[in-house]
Amino acid sequence: MEKKQSLGRVFTAGFLRENPVLRLVLGTCPTLAVTTAVFNGLGMGIAATFVLICSNMVISALRKVIPSSVRLPCFIVVIASFVTLVHMLIRAYVPALNAALGVYLPLITVNCIILGRAEMFASKNGVLASALDGLGMGIGFTIVLVLFSGIRELLGAGTLLGFAILPASIAPMSIMILPPGGFFVFGVLMALAIFIETKMGKKPSKDAACGACPSAEMCPAKGVGE
Amino acid sequence: MAAKLAFIFFSMILVNNYVLVKFLGICPFLGVSGKLNSAIGMSVAVVFVMVLATGVTWPVYTYLLVPNGLEYLNNISFILIIAVLVQLVEIVLRKFIPPLYKALGIYLPLITTNCAVLGVTILNIESQSLVDPTAPYYTFPEALLCAAGAGVGFGLAMVLFSGVRRTLDRAKPPKSFEGLPITLVAASITSLSFMGFGGMLETLFGITT
Repeated sequence: MEKKQSLGRVFTAGFLRENPVLRLVLGTCPTLAVTTAVFNGLGMGIAATFVLICSNMVISALRKVIPSSVRLPCFIVVIASFVTLVHMLIRAYVPALNAALGVYLPLITVNCIILGRAEMFASKNGVLASALDGLGMGIGFTIVLVLFSGIRELLGAGTLLGFAILPASIAPMSIMILPPGGFFVFGVLMALAIFIETKMGKKPSKDAACGACPSAEMCPAKGVGE
Repeated sequence: MAAKLAFIFFSMILVNNYVLVKFLGICPFLGVSGKLNSAIGMSVAVVFVMVLATGVTWPVYTYLLVPNGLEYLNNISFILIIAVLVQLVEIVLRKFIPPLYKALGIYLPLITTNCAVLGVTILNIESQSLVDPTAPYYTFPEALLCAAGAGVGFGLAMVLFSGVRRTLDRAKPPKSFEGLPITLVAASITSLSFMGFGGMLETLFGITT
């Protein structure tokens, strides 16, 4: 059954209303791991967006062919193929990005944003809507990655995209580009998102952490993280 | 040789802890660490699947993909192997060891899409071997120990953090920080404590890297 939803709304959903990282709490691993510099965050965002759009389109086109009992393995194979493609392209043309992202580039395969959108959107909607959904979600993901890495790079190294921003008299807090800084910035940003939402008079949804996870149905710990 | 293997094992637990330093497996870390029992169950399942997955992916990569020039297929083949393995383990456990299935079964489906498992299989074929400098990547024993260490490290982080979470439940943070945000800040402090292990193991096992 196809839901009727205006394409514009589908496209913009990922920006804030259903932002994959801050609202749906998906894709936390790459968000924390690669955001030590804006260049890495932007690269990861674009790579993931490309995979998201392509896999969403293919899965949507095949949604009537794939039997629902084996849909997850099928989705994973489609996603893994596009990730391999992106990995090869980046290795060939942007080796610096390949070195910076390291193992997190192939790990886009198990990024739950992509599997989550395949399960929640692409397997139920048409090709065009799925492509727009992928683009919107990808942009939402990229925005958060850039914001996140901007904060960490500025505070942790005093630079943005490699250009010195802070004067030399201010010593950068290198803890921000180390792992603890990642968790800390994520916690503060998420609190900020909740704060803004409460101020705008909306009740923050309670099952944000697990509600969107593709394996939530079989997860014994659903809701524990709230 | 033994010192080098021990070094790999312990460095995966303490210095390169998958959850707190490498950010792999954050979803179960945040989702399942609320109760000690589920934290332990999940960790045991992860150690089991990580070692098993490495035990299959390493030979497949070395003896099937590399001789045929198919290294670029590692991602697709590894994720498929992990998915199939998890299903197999589930079936075998349910049939032959029901008590263990009862304890671990519910965590198994979650592990297929756990980036820590795919991460360890990929890192094993990308890391420089310590034992045999001529090998292109970890040798088989190194790979298995690395997987075991990564799993135990995941378990250590889960168990420690479930204790932190219990204390956190009684705390009263500002309204916006309630729930996940304050949990992440607590994770940041836990991660900070693991940074203290940096450089310790090199001295302990006399290894220069």
